[in-house]
Amino acid sequence: MNFKIQDVRVPGPSETPSPVSDPPSGPHPGEGPSAIRKFLLSRGSSAFADRGFRWLMVLCALTIFGIVALIATELTLRSQLTISKFGIKFFFGSAWDPVNGKFGALPFIYGTLVSSLIALVIAVPLAVGVAVFITEMCPRKLRGPLSFFTELLAAIPSVVYGLWAVFVLVPLLREHVNPVLMKLLGWTGFFSEPNFGIGMFAAGVILSIMILPVISSLTREVMTAVPHSQREAVLALGATRWEMIRMGVLRNARIGIVGSIILGLGRALGETMAVTMVIGNRPEIVKSLLAPGYSMASVIANEFSEASDDLYLSALIEIGLALFIVTIIVNALAQLLVWVVTRGAPARVN
Amino acid sequence: MFLAAALIVSAASQGLAQKLNGAGATFPYPIYSKWFSEFSAQHAGVQINYQSIGSGGGIRQVMAGTVDFGASDVPMTDAQIKDSKVKIVAIPAVLGAVVPIYNLPGVNTELRFSPDVLADIYLGKITSWNDGRIAKDNPGVTLPGAKINVVHRSEGSGTTFIFTDYLSKVSPEWKSSVGSNSAVPWPIGIGAKGNEAVAGMVRQLPGTIGYVELIYALQNKIQYGYIRNAAGTWVKGSIDGVTEAAASVKNMPADYRVSITNAPGKNAYPISSFTWLLIPNPPRDGNNGKVLKDFLNWMLDHGESEVTALYYAPLPKSVSDKVRVTLSQLK
Repeated sequence: MNFKIQDVRVPGPSETPSPVSDPPSGPHPGEGPSAIRKFLLSRGSSAFADRGFRWLMVLCALTIFGIVALIATELTLRSQLTISKFGIKFFFGSAWDPVNGKFGALPFIYGTLVSSLIALVIAVPLAVGVAVFITEMCPRKLRGPLSFFTELLAAIPSVVYGLWAVFVLVPLLREHVNPVLMKLLGWTGFFSEPNFGIGMFAAGVILSIMILPVISSLTREVMTAVPHSQREAVLALGATRWEMIRMGVLRNARIGIVGSIILGLGRALGETMAVTMVIGNRPEIVKSLLAPGYSMASVIANEFSEASDDLYLSALIEIGLALFIVTIIVNALAQLLVWVVTRGAPARVN
Repeated sequence: MFLAAALIVSAASQGLAQKLNGAGATFPYPIYSKWFSEFSAQHAGVQINYQSIGSGGGIRQVMAGTVDFGASDVPMTDAQIKDSKVKIVAIPAVLGAVVPIYNLPGVNTELRFSPDVLADIYLGKITSWNDGRIAKDNPGVTLPGAKINVVHRSEGSGTTFIFTDYLSKVSPEWKSSVGSNSAVPWPIGIGAKGNEAVAGMVRQLPGTIGYVELIYALQNKIQYGYIRNAAGTWVKGSIDGVTEAAASVKNMPADYRVSITNAPGKNAYPISSFTWLLIPNPPRDGNNGKVLKDFLNWMLDHGESEVTALYYAPLPKSVSDKVRVTLSQLK
């Protein structure tokens, strides 16, 4: 630490005895010891600083627990009114009637989960496809722009996505996509009248576009990290290019891919603005995905500012608590999935 | 020592700037911010901050005593008045109204909606545009058989409060099954966030009906329909019609907590409402209270004449005279 008294310093106890300085075989003969070595020789004992650093890091890690605990307690305390009035039924009730003070969270939980699921179903194959193309087959010239634009998608504010969805995506879905879905998949009951354009499906589609860059850029990073020797080995065994990607790259990268999907899911669950603008904001559970729905984050954003009586406010805060719990459960399930997928991984072809 | 320090601090704060904080409704925000900046310009050292956090938030903040004044599109309930730590005086500031907008290709004349028809459309009982009851109000208009798509505001808003308050007055069924609030359990329809999104949905989707603030429809030149008022006249939302609705209220209560929807005046526009400033009495801080009182008098003398430029309706003379008396009684 003090460079001026380097002559009188005593080496610290944990320090290995240093070799004679100015070795003639050093990388830069004649320049003296390297900068790092010079610093280490001059800084005095590191024991105190090391210990301090360690505790500082422990403290940083603990703040995460602290923040989570604070959020949970605060949400629970401020929603006492509805917790004591409705109990566990709050999470399974489907009435949302601020006028008569009846509240239930089920339609919102359903909306959040279903819209996020639609988003994953659309975004995951697309994102993995983009990542495979960029890492494995893309001409060098195209790689830069393609990666740049994928990441650009992640930087667009969600209100812009929402506006675009209202003015472009929704009319497109209403006029061209939904009629086709209704004709082809109408028999399942998931795509039936009324077709407003706005609804659960529109929310899922806009979410899928928003989480696409998250999943695809992380997947790309993970795939790039797979050693070349893996690819070469699979090719050497006689695999085609697609087989090589499947067995040599995707299999090795699957932990990371699942991780990126979890991150994408996290964004989808909590997304507020864009979803509010297209989901239709109707607290109802309907089988048809074209029907309007509602999500937890949306109802909080929509009704919080004008909620004037205490029970109403408490209900909205408890919706926040529900969102918190759902996020934790979904993440725990995802972690479990990662664990199941990665536990013991022999070379398999599928 | 402490006393001296406290004196210096309070003297300094008086000398430097008189800072008032208010919070509440978003609907009157444009006119409030205009008023506050003009008032500050004319009164050196006075600064009034207004945060448009919504009516619910405004009521909550003023009840908790965290702001010098609040603002709301929704009158305070009896329970809120009882719970409040401080006595709160509501002062009507300006008036607003809500108009029905629709998109019906092939129909160029402005449609007329009688109150019960409007309520039954929003209850989901009238489902197609060529329903006999709509046709009866609009003789000579060829109505298509399209299905009616209903759009409402998704977020809690004063606009929804005024609209549902009106429907509750004209339809007993609406009152019992839905009721009135800034957000209600809508029987049908889809929710869109803000006036813009409601107007956007109506514009995009043929056969759609929605409701927006009069100020929004006027500024954006959106076509809207006629409503039959309590006197039986077909009226279109207008600034004069709104002011007349306020003037025609008989027996204005001393606390101004009055709904002026379905007002009796001959040309009164029926879906109208006051928006209120909520003043703690006695004030949170004596000096700020004095400034606030000055402001309110200024609002009646000068402010009201500027509101029509921003498409708000000014208070009728009968009401502003009454408000003057109330102001003189403020502590």
